[in-house]
Amino acid sequence: MSGRRDVRVLIPTGFGLNCEAETARAFEVLGAAPDLVHWTDLFARRHDRRLADYDVIVFVGGFSYGDHIAGGLVLATRIRARLLDDLRAFLEGGGFALGICNGFQTLLRLGLLPGPEELPHDFEPRADLAPNDRLGYRDAWVRLRVEDGTRCAWLRGVERIDVPSRHGEGRFVVAGEAELDRLERRGAVALRYVGPDGEPTETWPFNPNGSRRGIAGITDASGRILGLMPHPDAFLHPWHHPRAPVHDDPESAFRPTGLAIFRAGLEAAASR
Amino acid sequence: MPDVTRIEIAMRSGFADSRGRAVARRIRTHLGIAVRDVRTRDVYHVEPALGQEDAERVARAFAGPVTRIGAVGRIPEDGADWDVAITVGYRPGVTDPVGKSARVAIEDLLGRSLGPDAAVYTSRVYLLAGVSLEQGQRIARELLANEIIERIDVRSWDEFAGGPVDLSVPKVSATAVPPVETIDLELSDDELVRLSRERLLALSLDEMKAIREHFRGAADDPRRRAVGLTGAPTDAELECLAQTWSEHCKHKIMNARIRYEEPGRPPEIVDSLFATCIKGTTEQLDRRIREREGRSWLVSVFHDNAGVIAATERHHLVYKVETHNSPSALDPYGGAITGIVGVNRDPFGTGLGADLLSNVWGYCFASPNTHGEVPRGLLHPRRIREGVHQGVIDGGNQSGIPYARGWEYFDERFLGKPLVFCGTVGRMPVEVEGHPAERKRCRPGDRIVMVGGRIGKDGIHGATFSSAELTEESPVQAVQIGDPITQKMMFDFLLEARDRGLYSAITDNGAGGLSSSVGEMAEQPGGARMDLARAPLKYQGLAPWEILVSEAQERMTLAVPPDRLEAFLELAARREVEATDLGEFTDDGMFHVLYDGRTVCWLPLEFLHGGVPAMDLSARWSPPAAQPLAPLPRPEPERMAELAIEFLARENLASNELISRQYDHEVKGLSIVRPFVGRGADVPSDATVMQIDHARWEGYVLAEGVFPGYSDVDAAAMAEAGVDLAVRRVVAAGARFDRIAALDNYCWPDPLPAPDNPDAEHKLAQLVRASRGLARACLAYGVPLVSGKDSMKNDAVIGGRRISIPPTLLVSAIGLIEDVRRAVTLETRGAGDLLVIVGETRDELGGTEWARARGVQPTTVPRCDPERWAGRYRTVSAVIRDGLVRAAHAPGRGGLLPALFRMSRAAGLGVEVDLDVLPRDGEPGWEALLFGESCGRFLLACAPDRREDVVRRLEGVPCAVIGRFVERPVLGVRHEGQVLLDIETGRLAEGWLRTLADDDAGEGDRA
Repeated sequence: MSGRRDVRVLIPTGFGLNCEAETARAFEVLGAAPDLVHWTDLFARRHDRRLADYDVIVFVGGFSYGDHIAGGLVLATRIRARLLDDLRAFLEGGGFALGICNGFQTLLRLGLLPGPEELPHDFEPRADLAPNDRLGYRDAWVRLRVEDGTRCAWLRGVERIDVPSRHGEGRFVVAGEAELDRLERRGAVALRYVGPDGEPTETWPFNPNGSRRGIAGITDASGRILGLMPHPDAFLHPWHHPRAPVHDDPESAFRPTGLAIFRAGLEAAASR
Repeated sequence: MPDVTRIEIAMRSGFADSRGRAVARRIRTHLGIAVRDVRTRDVYHVEPALGQEDAERVARAFAGPVTRIGAVGRIPEDGADWDVAITVGYRPGVTDPVGKSARVAIEDLLGRSLGPDAAVYTSRVYLLAGVSLEQGQRIARELLANEIIERIDVRSWDEFAGGPVDLSVPKVSATAVPPVETIDLELSDDELVRLSRERLLALSLDEMKAIREHFRGAADDPRRRAVGLTGAPTDAELECLAQTWSEHCKHKIMNARIRYEEPGRPPEIVDSLFATCIKGTTEQLDRRIREREGRSWLVSVFHDNAGVIAATERHHLVYKVETHNSPSALDPYGGAITGIVGVNRDPFGTGLGADLLSNVWGYCFASPNTHGEVPRGLLHPRRIREGVHQGVIDGGNQSGIPYARGWEYFDERFLGKPLVFCGTVGRMPVEVEGHPAERKRCRPGDRIVMVGGRIGKDGIHGATFSSAELTEESPVQAVQIGDPITQKMMFDFLLEARDRGLYSAITDNGAGGLSSSVGEMAEQPGGARMDLARAPLKYQGLAPWEILVSEAQERMTLAVPPDRLEAFLELAARREVEATDLGEFTDDGMFHVLYDGRTVCWLPLEFLHGGVPAMDLSARWSPPAAQPLAPLPRPEPERMAELAIEFLARENLASNELISRQYDHEVKGLSIVRPFVGRGADVPSDATVMQIDHARWEGYVLAEGVFPGYSDVDAAAMAEAGVDLAVRRVVAAGARFDRIAALDNYCWPDPLPAPDNPDAEHKLAQLVRASRGLARACLAYGVPLVSGKDSMKNDAVIGGRRISIPPTLLVSAIGLIEDVRRAVTLETRGAGDLLVIVGETRDELGGTEWARARGVQPTTVPRCDPERWAGRYRTVSAVIRDGLVRAAHAPGRGGLLPALFRMSRAAGLGVEVDLDVLPRDGEPGWEALLFGESCGRFLLACAPDRREDVVRRLEGVPCAVIGRFVERPVLGVRHEGQVLLDIETGRLAEGWLRTLADDDAGEGDRA
């Protein structure tokens, strides 16, 4: 995969985000060299690159501002106030963005997900990630199914994903069933929680937050932005899988499906 | 009209308010009140007020587009039929982290600063239907709020919705700075004791006299006169000494000279349990390691905030476990969150700083199902449990640190004081900028810089408070509330500063605040001079002594070389972290504190740290009279099945998986063996295993042992069993037997004599015995003690009645594994796998869970033989590490039956065993075989074709193949040729799953 190494990846950090190390590791495993830059340096434009100089930006998981007011809200408010033009330039230049957990919440509150039906982005929030139906944070592995024929670049060649879900506010909500239908029709739904039968589910614990129709991840109209609640950054090698220690041959049994998302995104960015 | 804007945010009608629903459920189950419905609102009071347009912008932004509604003032009525509105807000001066974040958001949203004195205050409104005003009062007090730190307003819905909008804010009104007082110590003995008590100094008469003596001598010191002080201490000096000399900081009991007596033996003198049993043990082991390996893997022990051991070429590991018992008794949520974020600062403040890898927690509570009223002044144990869990969950999750170990133990004697153990493992680079990272390099001339949160009255007297028993008048000031996000931002900044070499030493501000952190750090350069008027305050009006000893959270103290100061402060400002230059380290031997240029404290470091008089104490062991166990006749299988179900459903054996999953256990991406394992990921693991670095396969293994129940018979047995189980667990997971270290955490009932503490000498004797047991087992297994802590006042005197905890020693083991991919769990692979037991079973039911279940108190407590077992463990470790077994498990509380159940459930298989082939010592009956907690045992599972190999490798070790795993989902046990138990595993699990499954328990008061 020539080119992967040349993909410029930005991982902003700080303010209570906490998954930057494993997210950076994912890219390193794949041969890229991500830049970890504190949000304050991006705000102050002290970093020698602007957002538009990057091919990929990952909004990592964590607890930016402690999930105070609502998950991702304070950070999104600050980005909107201080970096909107840079973000617009990044998107208009064809950049790829991934939001994981708190990062998904942040992209949603920035209005990038689900985003408008047609580009360009208008930064208008259209959905919420509400407190889990069964209240409280929960850390447990879940299974996700990639939506057939999704345009999402981050999911190209990926079918099924086993990853941990680790959040307290992940119930994707829009204004009514009709709006949900519309989102599905336009291909915004990228990932769903599935039950043991492999079908989308609203049932706990397979769906940890009770989201309608099992929605776990959303993509925008371009397919270059993906937000998801569970953590692909937590399954980068076979021994991340909780059952690896009791398997004779974990390496062939547990394909790291979290890493697959990063690989797909990186390859899409490399070939643009 | 106050200059305040009120903004309310709530879920729109039509969207579920899961928080309200959870509160409703708890009102019904906990208080038995048939509430019909509950909904909640978040309230933000902004001072000074915003213009209408700005306020509406904020309300819209906070609400978001779909599910929530935001309004300036009050949310319009939606026609719902409410009866009562409860508002819960903070008391003045209590940390409000959400308010702090809200201010940041508002300022960025509006693109302007709100001004230097602006603040955002948060509160929460609960709307209830189907309750009376009186019931509302009860719900507020007993479920929703803690009046120590929160204000409650309960009113009818009509009054709430129809009356004026509440715009009150808990602002601390600024007052003048109280003058520095000089305290006359030329008093009678009684008056000195009274002074100590009334000022909450927790100093003994001897200590008060030693202080008086010092100041008499200092009266003529021209240097003291030159700084304007007299022959009497200032309030700041006295408070500083009280903090530094507190039991919490100085461990006076563990360092005391003790005359120890036990029946039938001549009295002996123990000169410092710490020096002999703990430090002495580790020093002896350190020598042994050096002899064997040429150098030691003990990098830094006993003189820093946490112990440091060598791990990989790149990293050392740092580990510390603390307790936060007294604050958690008063404010479970605040006490516990402070406990976890507080212990985070210990590894972080070790050497030049460590980044944090994993947390551990463990709690001792009275039963959450305690019925009836609890004594006045105490909180119901269910409420304590819920608050403590939520506090540690929030503290750990928001800090981005996964938990590795978690356990709970229940005993009614923890009603007076719950025990809240919190610990943290960190990793430090072997070197920072070419210097060994475990060494602080604080030099004269370095600046004293305080970083992080601001100082308020919170946590004043925390150190002395934890050194005193809990009474109905315990001070409100002793409660702090941790703010993990402020701390996380500080840590991120400090790691950057560390790696850029911007400071030369770091330590945390915990107990005793600046008086302890600067006072201790000053020892290396030989002095310190700082001005408290420079310290940033949350509000004005603190006396200098209050600034000096405040335990306001999220603060670290650093030594910054003068040539790095500018860069350090610049980086702090850029990261939006407050950092303040308070003064400088010196080499004049003095701890010199000023306020606005005037000296308020001038103490020789030598006296501050070395002046505390040693205690002379007396200990007398009164062992309980020997009491055998009257055996129960062997029940029929069906009755036995019922007994087994009830036994596994006991609180001390039941699954707490649901609540544990509210703690993140895999953030950072280093977790390999998780806290819960098995097919359903619901069986607690013996030990957890984590990588140290993403790019390497070396790892560390954590486990613990704690047996408070054994101390009633003999605290030595408790200590030895604790070490033994912790060691067996890390061995079972695949740790190297020659790379295990441990931490000791003592929680004791007061062992100091007092009129209302008649058995103090016995409690002290238990401390001696526990320490000797600890030393014995650690020496035998080669396990150095690298860090520890003691908490000696775990009593509550309520209404004249003393409730003392059982003496409790927690042993936390940390082991190393070369390759985490080779770790073993207690889950085996398939039917047909054989089950091998290692070690003898003896007639040892004293202090066990089975004895408690039967309500009897035999004295046949499980005993260890560590000198003999060390070789056995080395062999077992080699068998496990060579890959001969598929699963390994160390039986612990409850004995063999729960162990078999866990292995069976983990594998999703049945298991059949024959008790008759168990290796034994003496004549254990069916009860001891099935439920005895004999130490020294392992259960190993292996493939049938490995049987010969395993047995051959275990030659010379008592072991037997006791059964096998089967497809049939049944736990079958035979005894004396007959079926003793034959029960479906699913049925066996029902109570085990249910007892602690109230997952609503995670919804804390201020979640």
